This record gives sequence, structure tokens and C-alpha cells, in this order.
Amino acid sequence: MSATAIREAVHHTAPQGFIRKYVFSVDHKVIGIQYLTLSLVAVFIGMALSWAMRIHLAWPDMRIPLLGWLSPNGAPGGLMTPEYYLSLMTMHGTIMAFFVLTAAPMAGFGNFMLPIQVGAADMAFPRLNMSSFWVTLVGFLLACATFVIPDGPPLSGWTAYAPLSAVGPVAGPGQGWGQNLWGLSIACFCIASLLGALNFIVTTLDLRTKGMKLSRLPLSTWGWFIDAWVSLLAFAVLLPTCLLLVLDRLGGTSFFIPAGLVFNDQLQPHSGGSPLLFQHLFWFFGHPEVYIIILPAFGIVSHIMPTFIRKPLVGGWKVITFAEVAVGTLSFVVWGHHMFVSGMSPFMAMVFSVPTLFITIPSMIAVLVWVFSLYGANIRFDTPLLFSLGFISLFISGGIGGFFLAQPSTDSYLHATSFVVGHFHFTMGLSAIFATFAGFYYWFPKMFGRMMNEKLGKLHFWLSFVLVYCVFMTMHLTGFAGAVRRYSALVDDFMVALIPANKFMTVAALLLGATQFIFLFNVIWSRLKGPKAPNNPWDATTLEWDTTSPPPFDNFGGRQLTVYHGAMEYNGDDSVMQTSPAASVA
Amino acid sequence: MVGKIFAIVVVLITLATAYCVIAHVWWMPVDISVHGPRIDHQLEETVLVAGLLFIAGQLVLAAFAFLYGGTGHKIKQIPGGAKPLIIFAFVLVGTEVLALSSIGARAWGAVYFEQPDPASTRIDVQAGQFAYYFRYPGPDGKFGALHPDLINEGNQNYFGLDTDHDSDAKDDIVTAELAIPVNKPILLTLHSKDVGHSFYVRELRVQQDFVPGLNIPIHFTATQTGRFEIVCTQLCGLGHYNMKAYLSVLSQSDFDDWLKKQASMQ
Amino acid sequence: MKTRVRVALFGSLLLAFAFSAVHFAPTVGASATGQIVGTVKLDGQAPHQKPIDMSKDPACAQAGGGPISAENVVVGANGGLVNVVVYISQGLTGNEASTSSQPATITQKGCKYVPHVLALNVGQHMTVMNDDKTAHNIHPQPNVTGGNSQWNKSQTAGAGPIDVAWTNEEVAIPVKCNIHPWMRAYIAVVKGPFGVSNDTGSFKLDNVPPGTYTLTAWQETYGTQTQKVTVAAGKPASTDFTFKAK
Repeated sequence: MSATAIREAVHHTAPQGFIRKYVFSVDHKVIGIQYLTLSLVAVFIGMALSWAMRIHLAWPDMRIPLLGWLSPNGAPGGLMTPEYYLSLMTMHGTIMAFFVLTAAPMAGFGNFMLPIQVGAADMAFPRLNMSSFWVTLVGFLLACATFVIPDGPPLSGWTAYAPLSAVGPVAGPGQGWGQNLWGLSIACFCIASLLGALNFIVTTLDLRTKGMKLSRLPLSTWGWFIDAWVSLLAFAVLLPTCLLLVLDRLGGTSFFIPAGLVFNDQLQPHSGGSPLLFQHLFWFFGHPEVYIIILPAFGIVSHIMPTFIRKPLVGGWKVITFAEVAVGTLSFVVWGHHMFVSGMSPFMAMVFSVPTLFITIPSMIAVLVWVFSLYGANIRFDTPLLFSLGFISLFISGGIGGFFLAQPSTDSYLHATSFVVGHFHFTMGLSAIFATFAGFYYWFPKMFGRMMNEKLGKLHFWLSFVLVYCVFMTMHLTGFAGAVRRYSALVDDFMVALIPANKFMTVAALLLGATQFIFLFNVIWSRLKGPKAPNNPWDATTLEWDTTSPPPFDNFGGRQLTVYHGAMEYNGDDSVMQTSPAASVA
Repeated sequence: MVGKIFAIVVVLITLATAYCVIAHVWWMPVDISVHGPRIDHQLEETVLVAGLLFIAGQLVLAAFAFLYGGTGHKIKQIPGGAKPLIIFAFVLVGTEVLALSSIGARAWGAVYFEQPDPASTRIDVQAGQFAYYFRYPGPDGKFGALHPDLINEGNQNYFGLDTDHDSDAKDDIVTAELAIPVNKPILLTLHSKDVGHSFYVRELRVQQDFVPGLNIPIHFTATQTGRFEIVCTQLCGLGHYNMKAYLSVLSQSDFDDWLKKQASMQ
Repeated sequence: MKTRVRVALFGSLLLAFAFSAVHFAPTVGASATGQIVGTVKLDGQAPHQKPIDMSKDPACAQAGGGPISAENVVVGANGGLVNVVVYISQGLTGNEASTSSQPATITQKGCKYVPHVLALNVGQHMTVMNDDKTAHNIHPQPNVTGGNSQWNKSQTAGAGPIDVAWTNEEVAIPVKCNIHPWMRAYIAVVKGPFGVSNDTGSFKLDNVPPGTYTLTAWQETYGTQTQKVTVAAGKPASTDFTFKAK
């Protein structure tokens, strides 16, 4: 099918009726908002879980009545049991990594913006797009369902290492139906992500409007496009892994369970499986996954920055895009650095260490591009830019931690300490969250037709930025003292010594969480009462700013756009819209 | 104004972090192993290299945010464009990466690529939910075979030894504490009876996972006597946080006495 | 119409009375109860018991005092075998099961279970307490086909009691703590009168109606033994058991 034919095929009419318009909508914009809403719900659930954990670590005897009500088994009388702590930890990781960090920047903003940015009326496969969202929602509901079943949520972490996750209830509480539901939930998420990735790739390649050469694509589109490829290859591995895990649990197979295991003095019937195989399969997905999370963030920040610094990025679209391609490609050959102390051959550790260190080169180039683009700029410090700068700072800090963990010798001391927890919260957690916030403040006027409150936005930024460092830099530092992660209580002598540091982190984390309600209030208030947004409030140049706020159903009101320029035509107060035939200014 | 505040905040965060690292507010305990100094050296080297990059990165970011706010001035490009940045990244990071990997490889190799001393004291370690048990071969120098079906923890048969029929197993000494002689090479064989666990002694600079179904050897030599905590660092279930044992590094004569006492209690 | 209602009312009142009479009438009259007493002895040498090393959890070592060993064979004074459950395995009419209203209690103290062997009736409540300054997990492992459900819960220091009841007879359900793998207890769930031998090996079954019964003694290491016993009203029947050491 030619590109024009596909474009004709997706040129459908506006839907009628509430359900078709807002619920089972095939409109990419509605689906994007649905994804963002899902992530918003998920992020507040995930955050509440982290609060409960943080409080328990600092004040283990504190009773939390709400928790006792939520789970009379897990927290009798509000007093958290060790297994419930681990369940909360598992679900915090699962909900945050999948349903927030993977969903929001990629599926949320990507769905809304990518077709508009390439000048298309919709995604290439609108119905597939709709099913992606609904399958994701099923996955999310399955994950939430673990909280209400009697067994409770699984406790084997978001990595679900076998055989703990594979042998069933003999391995202890949290290994009953919760783990099965977890496996199915993630399988749903994989299917949705695979379908989504296909849609993103086809849309970017085939639905670009006239004149929209690859070199003229906005950098956010580049981020989503590269990310879709990484998703396609990585989720294709996680999907069978989850299904094999569920088979081991329910079907009596032994993919990940070796012979001779004894639980509670009972010899288990399994034989022949390999726990390390699970780790390899999981991390073959898991490492690309952190780049699946961060590549859209790269794209969003690279897209937002030129608008607010009023000049193109150093090296134009090429350097940053090639850096992203290099990062995405290398991400597939480094997974073993999660397994330096796992019992994998120590020679393999060297093999995985070198590409892991080399991945810092493209990452470093990306950081240098962002930082040095600020040189000689006319920076407008609006909230989207502040969050972008916060992203850069956090990404630098997180990336530095990578040097320690990429080397097997230093990792053998720091592995499984809070250094690692701080590291991944900086690099993939909060970097991506900051980029998502940047995107939110940037695109909110386009998505909802109203401006967000700048003062509240800035307050949200300052508090978040400082508190994030208080929590997660402290985690890095206590990691040097060997603070072991995933402990539900601090009983070892060297862990007891870290209780004051934990109290500090808990207070900071609670404040950080409270800060997010400023954001929530801002979103709701601005949605209802914010000043009307013009078509192009930020003097930007890309196609989403060349239509109404919010855009009509077919995005451009029937106009067939022609693109004449790249996406970064900025020079101080001058800028040229991509669709404008005027002369270049950059 | 906003840019200047941002710059100041970033600088303060950078200084606070640097202070905590330099002043060792939270730091590694003193090393007690022969291979440890290499790892410590490697860590210090990394702190230096990565720390400089961290400070440089944050300070440049802060400086540009400080200098280039507002709309007053003419847009400037950095001289030479992206090329110097790319070259800088390749040369600087490339060299550092190569240096770190080659030196780091030696630190890693000293622990993992060297064969254990044939005269090592051999000790079997069994991890299970949620305790470690240790086994010494006894006077015959041989470990009895393991029969997982015989494991009965209520009866203190943690390893599944058949002491009725297996003469090798009869004199095996099973303990809940790991005692080792100081300045003697030690060879541990790690195996797990149920799920993944880990053996982490901060002072020894040793962290190694137990993988069910595999026997994993690790070897080291402790250089100081004392009592240290062995903790589990691989998520193993509800009692993970409380899975621990003690490592006693003893003089040779104390170790011999200890072992004799343990043997008498079997 | 009126008469019909009255008849129905009267009838149901009568029925209700009859049911309550059946329900509340003590099936084992005080005058009709007998008693079974006896002792359990071990013939031979108890197996060697190695002291338990609790150094893994300093909170246990502090609470425990001197070294203790496993309790799978405990011999008291005069060769009496301790912790043997004696219960009526045949001959009960089904009416005797006067479920005790008092909950049985098992306490975790010094990282062992007190008592080591607990007997109780079907449906009787069982309370699990934690006196230690550390967390335990209580993990009873009933037979999968026996009808009792398996569970595994932890109880942190200072947490409230756990209250459960068992739905089916089972002698005996092993209980373990995974945090302290040496900890082991047994719960014998029976119908009707039961006794557990004390530290001299003697046991006593109260409230046994006159009749002929099969009496079973269960010991965790040596298994079961049975004996016939005839109980007359007002007079204790005496039966002794002897287990042979392996």
C-alpha cells in the first residue's frame, strides 16, 4: 500500500456519541490522554506504596491504620509484616516501571503528539491503537487485583527472579495467585507495547506529510521512533518469559527450576530448569527497558529545549539522534552487567562490562549537546525548561553512578546496596519523570486548550528538584556503607547505624510526595479554570503548534500541510514554523 | 533571576554531595581481605574520575543557566559546533573507560580469575530460607554426599546428610557460624537449597549470589581477626532482611579449638 | 385462618424448644464421665541431640539463656516420654466432642515454640503469640489431602495475637518458622477428649463417657501406638504406652 493510500484509509470521520468519542475512541489524541490518565492514577498509587515503605523503614513500629484496612493479613492492626513490605516494594517497582515510566512518556505523549508532529490525521492503525490501550488497562487492573485477592501481591520484586517467583506458594506468602496475576499483567503489558511499537514505527515511516523528511522530524518524534524499535525487540523477549514463568507455576513445567530444591523440608518435583536462564531473559528485556523509559525522555527534552533557549541544539538533529540510536543499539549487549555477582561466568562479566562503559560515550554526547546548547542562548525559564534542566542535572548524576556499577570489581561491593536504588531512580525513574513533567507543562495547553499556572509549576519544580536529591543522593551515599536494599527492617549492626539517614530520606520522600499534589491541583485547576491557550503559546515551530488548541478530530481541520523547514528554526525571538515557506533563520 | 537561582541550587547540591563523599560521611568499613585493597583502589579511582565528571558537568550546566538567561543578547553558537564535543566525549570518556576497564579487570581478575590455593581450608555453605549453615569436612577431609530428601531442619539436618550410612558424612561438622583461620586461604562452595540468596561480607569485599542448582566457588584470605556480619543481598522471601550469620576470623589455635568444640557437639 | 396461624406458631415454638434442648443438653453427664490416665515411657536411649546454635538472630540468643536442643524426643523423669498426644481414635459416638471454649495458646519464646506439642479439638480456637523481640513466621503445613488449609504469616515483635481454628482432624500438623529454621512445633487436631504427656510422661483424658475405645498415642519421632481401653463410670481407667527407641 502506498503512503497516500494508507493516509486515505485512516482518514475516518469524527465519531458520534460519548462512548465512541471518549471511551472506546480510535482517536490517537483521546488514547494518548487515556494513557496519561492511567499513568497519573498509577503514579499516585506507586507513590503511596513508597510512602508506606519509607515510613516503615524509618519507624518500623508505627501503625498505619489505612494499611491495616487495606490488608488485614499484610498489616494486622496497621503494623506492616515483612512480607507485605516486600509486596509493596514489588508493586511499587512494577507499577512505576511499566505503567508509569514506560506508559506516560511513550504511549501517552507519543500517541497524542507523534501523528500531529508528522502531519498525519491519526495513527496508521487506529483500532490497533485503541486495543493497545485497553490491553494495557487490563494489565493494570490485573496488577491492582493482586491487592484484593487473599494471597496478596507477589513479593519477588519487579524482576521476579526464579525460582522464588516460579515454585508457587511453598516459597512463602506472596507467592500464590498474586504472582500468577503479576505474570499475566506483564504479559498484557508486553502485548500492548508490541502493538503500540508497530503503530509508532509505521506511522512515522508512512504517514509523514509532504516535505516531512526524516531530517525534519521533531526530535521528540525521533525519540519515540527509536524507542519503538527498542520496545519491539525487548518486549518480544519479556512476553514469552512471563508466559514460561506462569507455565512453571501452573503447568508443572521446569523452565526456571532446577532439580533438588527443598522447601520446608519437602523435596520439590521439578527438575532440569535454570534460574540463570530467567535472569538472562529478564535482563535481555530489562536493560533495554531502562532505555525504553529514557529514550522518549531524551526526545522530549531535546524537543522542548530549542523552543525555550531560542536556538537549535548543537549538531542539529543528527548528533542527538545518532547518540540515541547508539544508546538504543548498545542497550542490547549490556544486560549482563546486572548479573556480575549472579554466578554467571566471571569472564562474561568482562564481556558485558566493556560495552556498558562504552555506552557512556553516546550518553555523554547527548548530555554535552544539551549543556553546550545553552551556551550563548536566550533562555526563557518557563516551567517546561526548568524541568528539562532538572532532567539534565539528574541524568548527569545518575550517569555518574553508572561508572561504579559498570565495573564488576566495584559492583561486587555496591551490587544490591542502596547505591543501585539511588542510581536507577536518578537515571530512569526521576529523569524520565522530570522529562514527563516537562512534556506535561509544555503540551498541556495544546492537549486541553488551557494554560497551566506558571507559579505553581515553578514551585512544583523547585521543591521536587531539591527533595529528589535529598532522597536519592542520600541513597547513593549510604550505599557506600553497604546499606543493603530490599530489607524490610534494619536489624544488622551496620544497618541500624543507618537509621538516622533513613529517617532523613523518609521525611524528604514524604515531602516530595506531598509536593506532587501541587502538580495534581495545578492540572485539575488549570483544566477547569486556566486561561485559554492560544495556538502557539511558546513560539514553537513544529506542527502541533500549527493547529488549534486542542486540535480538531483530524488534527488540521482538513488542511494538507507542506513542510519546508527542519524542526529547530530558532534564532532569539525569531522562529520559523515548519510549514512556513518563509526563509530560514537558524 | 530564575536561572541564577537554578545555578546556585545546583552548585549547593554538588558541593554537599562532594563533601559527603570526600569526608566519608558514609563509607566502606576497613578492608580485612588480601584482595580487598585492589577493589578499594579501584573504587577510589572511580570516585576520582566519576566525581570530577560529576562536578564538571553540574558546574557547566549551572554556569550556562546563570549566564544565558533572558532575551537581551545575541544568539551565539559554540565555536566548532558539535565536532569538538564528540571528539571530547570519545577521547576523554574513551580513555577513562579503557583505563577503568583495564585496571578494573585486574582487580576483578585477582578475585575471580585466579585458581584457589590447593591448600585452602574448604568449607561448604548452604543457604536456605532464611539462614546460612556451614560445613567442615572433619578429620577425614571428605564431605559426605548431600541427599536433599533427607533435609530436616527441625531435626537439625540442614544439609541432608546420611550419617547412618555415609562414613564421609559422619564426621562432617555443621555449624551456624562461619569461623575461619586468619591469613589462611579459604575456599567456600556456595549452594542453595531453595531460592537465590547471596553471601555479602562488606569487610571482606565479597558479594556472591547462591544459585539453586549450581555450586559456586569463592576464595579469599582474611587478614584480621574479629567478628563480622554475613548478610543476604538477594531477595529470597519474607525473612530476607533477617537472613544473616556471623563470620569469625580466628587465630589458627583459636580456630582449631573452636572446630574441636563444634565437633564434640555434633 | 387465625387457628392455622396459632397452630403454626405453637408448632414452631415446640420445634425450637426441642432443638434447643437437644443442642444444650450436656451429652456427657457429669455422673457418667470417666477418665483415662497413664504414662508414656521410652524403652532405650533417646537419640543424641545437638544444641541449637541461634547466633543467626541475636534477639534469640538473648532471650534463650542456655543452649537448648531440638525437642523431637524429650525424656523426663523415670524415662517418661514427654509431648506424646493421647486421644480416642475409635469408639466415640460423635456426641462427646465438647469443644473447649477456651482457646489453646502457642507462644514463640526464645525462638522456640511453647508448648512444642499442642493438642486441641476441631473448631477450637488457637492463639499464636510472639514474646520475642524479633519477627517470626508461623507456617503450619497440614497434609494437602487432609482438609485443613495451609497458611504462612509473619508476626513481628509487638504484633497482636493470631487467632485460628482447624476444620478437620489431623495428628499432627507440623509448624515451622522459616526465619528461624530450627523452630518446630506440632498441632494435633482431634475430636473428643485428649491428653498430652507432661514432663514425667503421664497423661490424663477427662470427660470420657463409659464405653470401650481405641486409644492412640502419637509421638513425632516414633509414630503411633494404639490400645483398647474400657472406661467405667466414676473410675479412672489406666493405660500405659511404651515406645521403643530406634
